[in-house]
Amino acid sequence: MSIDLKTIKHISKLARISVDEQRAEKLAGDLNSIFEFIEKLNELKTDNVEPLTSIAETTIKLRSDEVKSKNIREQIIKNSPQDNEDYFVVPKVIE
Amino acid sequence: MSDITKQSLTELIENIKNKKLSSTDVTKAFIDRSEKSEELNAYITNDFTSALDKAKKFDQKPNLNLKLPGIPMAVKDLFCTKDIKTTAGSKILNNFVPTYESTVTENIWNEGAILLGKLNCDEFAMGSSNETSFFGNVQSPIDKNLVPGGSSGGSASAVAGQLTPVTIGTDTGGSIRQPASFTGIVGLKPTYGSCSRYGIVAFASSLDQAGPMAQNVKDCALLHEVISSYDSKDSTSIDFKRNNYSKELTNNIKGKKIGIPKEYRVDGMPKEIEDLWQKGIQYVKDCGAETIDISLPNTSYALPTYYIVAPAEASSNLARYDGVKYGFRAKGENLIDMYEKTRSEGFGAEVQRRIMIGTYVLSSGYYDAYYLKAQKVRKLIKNDFDEAYKKVDAILTPSTPSSAFKIGEKTNDPVSMYLNDIFTVPVNLAGLPGISIPAGHDSKGYPLGLQIIGKAFDEQNILNIAYAMEEKINFKNKITDWWIK
Repeated sequence: MSIDLKTIKHISKLARISVDEQRAEKLAGDLNSIFEFIEKLNELKTDNVEPLTSIAETTIKLRSDEVKSKNIREQIIKNSPQDNEDYFVVPKVIE
Repeated sequence: MSDITKQSLTELIENIKNKKLSSTDVTKAFIDRSEKSEELNAYITNDFTSALDKAKKFDQKPNLNLKLPGIPMAVKDLFCTKDIKTTAGSKILNNFVPTYESTVTENIWNEGAILLGKLNCDEFAMGSSNETSFFGNVQSPIDKNLVPGGSSGGSASAVAGQLTPVTIGTDTGGSIRQPASFTGIVGLKPTYGSCSRYGIVAFASSLDQAGPMAQNVKDCALLHEVISSYDSKDSTSIDFKRNNYSKELTNNIKGKKIGIPKEYRVDGMPKEIEDLWQKGIQYVKDCGAETIDISLPNTSYALPTYYIVAPAEASSNLARYDGVKYGFRAKGENLIDMYEKTRSEGFGAEVQRRIMIGTYVLSSGYYDAYYLKAQKVRKLIKNDFDEAYKKVDAILTPSTPSSAFKIGEKTNDPVSMYLNDIFTVPVNLAGLPGISIPAGHDSKGYPLGLQIIGKAFDEQNILNIAYAMEEKINFKNKITDWWIK
């Protein structure tokens, strides 16, 4: 199997990471060597194996849906890269 | 009082309780040494001024019943600390100031400890050498231009270099045990679910665990006792009876059955590592334990499994860094362009690489071939351990396949970097506890570690075995203070 530049471009779109030509080529090389190493798993027959979906064999505990942190809007907004008092601001979406 | 920083945590607590030292004396000493140690690049952010204030305040009304009375401590910069910048070693969080505290650090401050600062680490804990940090690589106190290991490299460097008495790190595939091994200190990766993940910057949620790093096993046991707690804020936290690990610590391991897995004798492993392992086997026998040859047949599949599971979870966890609510934002022509540029400029090369792997293995048409396959193999790896633990109480292996390497030696070859974690990764995949203890030096004088793997929730047992071995090994770390002018 080989991951080509077209695939790299496709994944980078899905991952929302812009990648230029030079970087795409480097990534293709890296990913190919990593996947070559990962392909080792194909040696194993796993048809009848149950996948491990949770390492902690416990059921998730339920709790009542209560507000515990109150009036923290200001604190939260403070970390925003561009603030406008009450909102998170993003580039214009609707023309 | 130049010898304060040489004291173990246990000694410092003893001296503070006996009023031979004040919290201010101790805090000053560690700040002083930390300030002289800039070349190690162990800190990302220091909080020295406020630490000294807190120490003075502690001394005015000392509560000596606490477990860490007035003890200064720096922690890995992956733990959210309220009102103190938390970066995870990334440019994308360079200006992030949490509004809340992680549960494990909260537990530490509740027992009287004082925050010294935040320690360097690989970006989002993705790395084995602390070379992927946006804030530059960390130097090892063992030798100039040597990596301290990673991802908890700043933590390892700070404990070995005596900039903090003890610390906490996180371990997703070996990030506590490998740097502990590289710097001649003790590091424990607890059972999954033992320490709360609340407030820890997430990497791979089914593998991440916080754990203690210390100069010796007793200090490690005490810190573990403090950080391990059930927490309703972490849905995978497990409510089980926790021990008083330091009080119940014993070097009596007579009759314990210790497994030696043949699959850990990997191709190309240096003879020094094999010799160290044999010495370890002899030590546990000298302590009255019995060693039994065991097989963990799927060991060689652990690393490929990890490099599907961990990036997959990371790609999902790191989707939150979009430049909207917090962190770095790049300018973009529109929303999507802003996302893409933010993530491209904000994440370093290794993090991007792993997000790309993760996105690929979860993408349409590849999920079954990679992610599902990896989950199945993960089950087989866990079954191997379950089977082994029918016969043995714990397992002894080397911590790493080699001693520390030079800065820059492996940065161009991701796979060779990943191979560093070959002995530590299976433990995370199976959710088990593992401890690395310093056990000797190689021909270059660099430390080498041995790992003891336990049954789930059996931290006390591996701490006891480590404690008994530590006495026999009598390891002395060779710290020359090369970085202090």
